[in-house]
Amino acid sequence: MSRIGQTLEALRSQQRTALVPFITAGDPHLDATVPALNALVQGGADLLELGVPFSDPEADGPAIQASSERALANGTGLRDVLDCVAEFRAGNDQTPVILMGYLNSVLAMGEGAFATAAAEAGVDGMIIVNLPPEESDSLRGALAKQGIDLILLAAPTTSDERLSAIDRAATGFVYLVSLKGTTGADHISIGEVKQHLARLRARTRLPILVGFGIKDGPTARALGKQADGVVVGAAIVSRMAALSADTDAIPETLRQFAHDLRQALDA
Amino acid sequence: MPQPGSNYAQPSSDGHFGQHGGRFVAETLIHALDELEALYEQAKADPEFQAEFAEDLARFVGRPSPLYFARRLTDRLGGPQIYLKREDLNHTGAHKINNCIGQALLARRMGKPRVIAETGAGQHGVATATVAARFGLECQVYMGSVDIARQALNVYRMKLLGASVVPVNSGSKTLKDALNEALRDWVTHVDDTHYIIGTVAGPHPFPMLVRDFQSVIGQEARSQCLQQMGRLPDTLVACVGGGSNALGLFHPFIDDEAVRLVGVEAAGLGLETGRHAAPLNDGQVGVLHGNKTYLMQDADGQISETHSISAGLDYPGVGPEHSHLKDIGRAEYDAVTDEEALAAFRLLNETEGIMPALESSHAVAWVVREAPRLGAGQIVVINLSGRGDKDIETVAKLDGTTL
Ligand SMILES: Cc1ncc(COP(=O)(O)O)c(C=O)c1O
Repeated sequence: MSRIGQTLEALRSQQRTALVPFITAGDPHLDATVPALNALVQGGADLLELGVPFSDPEADGPAIQASSERALANGTGLRDVLDCVAEFRAGNDQTPVILMGYLNSVLAMGEGAFATAAAEAGVDGMIIVNLPPEESDSLRGALAKQGIDLILLAAPTTSDERLSAIDRAATGFVYLVSLKGTTGADHISIGEVKQHLARLRARTRLPILVGFGIKDGPTARALGKQADGVVVGAAIVSRMAALSADTDAIPETLRQFAHDLRQALDA
Repeated sequence: MPQPGSNYAQPSSDGHFGQHGGRFVAETLIHALDELEALYEQAKADPEFQAEFAEDLARFVGRPSPLYFARRLTDRLGGPQIYLKREDLNHTGAHKINNCIGQALLARRMGKPRVIAETGAGQHGVATATVAARFGLECQVYMGSVDIARQALNVYRMKLLGASVVPVNSGSKTLKDALNEALRDWVTHVDDTHYIIGTVAGPHPFPMLVRDFQSVIGQEARSQCLQQMGRLPDTLVACVGGGSNALGLFHPFIDDEAVRLVGVEAAGLGLETGRHAAPLNDGQVGVLHGNKTYLMQDADGQISETHSISAGLDYPGVGPEHSHLKDIGRAEYDAVTDEEALAAFRLLNETEGIMPALESSHAVAWVVREAPRLGAGQIVVINLSGRGDKDIETVAKLDGTTL
């Protein structure tokens, strides 16, 4: 079983909800990324999502768009992102790292070359926002050879029939997009997400992580009762952006925020 | 349309044109695309829908557009017989309206009260705002703030038509970023909103249905050629931004293998400078805006900023069917520079009394350049995709005149 599967299984047996923070690699600069990841783990993160900056992040709201632009402005490329993962791995061989990004970054490197390089760096999973299951066979195959999970997404608009198909193709976990919208959206409805969680739960044996629009402890806690994990992205990225004049303060701020979310989930 | 028995049946049932096309979008949009595809298949087979479409093309757009023999241009160039397919005479001044009528009818069938669009030059935005007014739909148009500054006339025109124009300040602040923002709007308001994509790009079924709606251009041109000249043309020429006017002209001739199909991209300051918008001439295959196709990108897969004098061609991608037609060699793709396009713009004004859009001027410029290599008996049809009123300010500025 992959590091992702093991981690989620262990959490499930402890009846704990996974806390999965997201940051964009290279934002505000490359040297800040590994300390930020370590701080999130210290604060209580169970898995990490690391964004691969892309010029045209069509599924992202303003906060993550801006962070992607900052990362690109200082020259962050896919190799740099993998180097960050390798550096993080050198000090932590427990916490799964999942890259999140857009397909063109992977295609430019080549699926096979990317899968090999990602495995060498210590990447455990990939989330490609613009890659639905119908188009995913060749990348899934390349990643599987290297033991990397291709995480598939489900959405509020996904039909029951499709949810079952997603379950058949998915490995690691299923990522449930909480709302119709982009990352960081403000219109999450706990009641609706719970309905979709139940719909998906009935159709998959895999763990379910929920993301998009989860910005605070109470929301994380409310969803954590039914989901196996929650992803928090824009809220973290915005906190980092607010510290642009004092980037040294980022790790402690992230550790504290992760800690607060952890406490809300465990309460 | 390809003739019965044609070997050319594209796209495949899952929306691919050879290795290109497909559906590379967020899961949230898949349902809307499935719904649109099913509804479109039904509408396509429904005589009532086809009659409504034809009626509006005739009475609202003013079709058929003439196929005009450009006698003085022909004489000036001393080569082939040059005919212009006059899409510039359509209501709103470009071919864009053909697709907008079709998609507005689809939105109405789906019961969606709101439409959104992206626009570069503003022509597609104006056409969308126009059909929204015509059918009583709410309309929001996304436009890069750089384009808003250089196309002020069309921005105001959209407002007069009752649309709201939303400036896009992310990325390069041009057409590609407007498309990103339209996709973000659509994913957020997918229940009540139809996204009227302005060209033969985007996720399946958009490249197919936009092509089909624009194919009226080629259908008319084909029968006009047979009627006016008693034979098919030798060469068809059209500019390629996303590729909708070109595919609209080409598609009904796909099986006429003797007919040469030439798409003309924007070489901007020159292909060798890298400052252009010619992915079929100088790009690599990648995925952007929901489809796989040739793109302008760097080694890391980041989409490059493009340059063209014409905002409507200033796009780093191209419709997937063009990428396929290039791969199989059925169409060829060349490029002309800003300078060549501008010279052709002036030439057509002076020789024919017709002011082409700067986009369409690229197609004219290719014929000007290649005329010596095209035989005197040849018939060439240029798709004059739009009129140049919107570009007068740009050209005046280059002439050192402020209006
Ligand atoms: C007059 C005109 N021609 C051509 C284009 C390019 O689009 P396409 O390649 O889809 O025809 C535009 C786009 O704005 C346009 O306004």
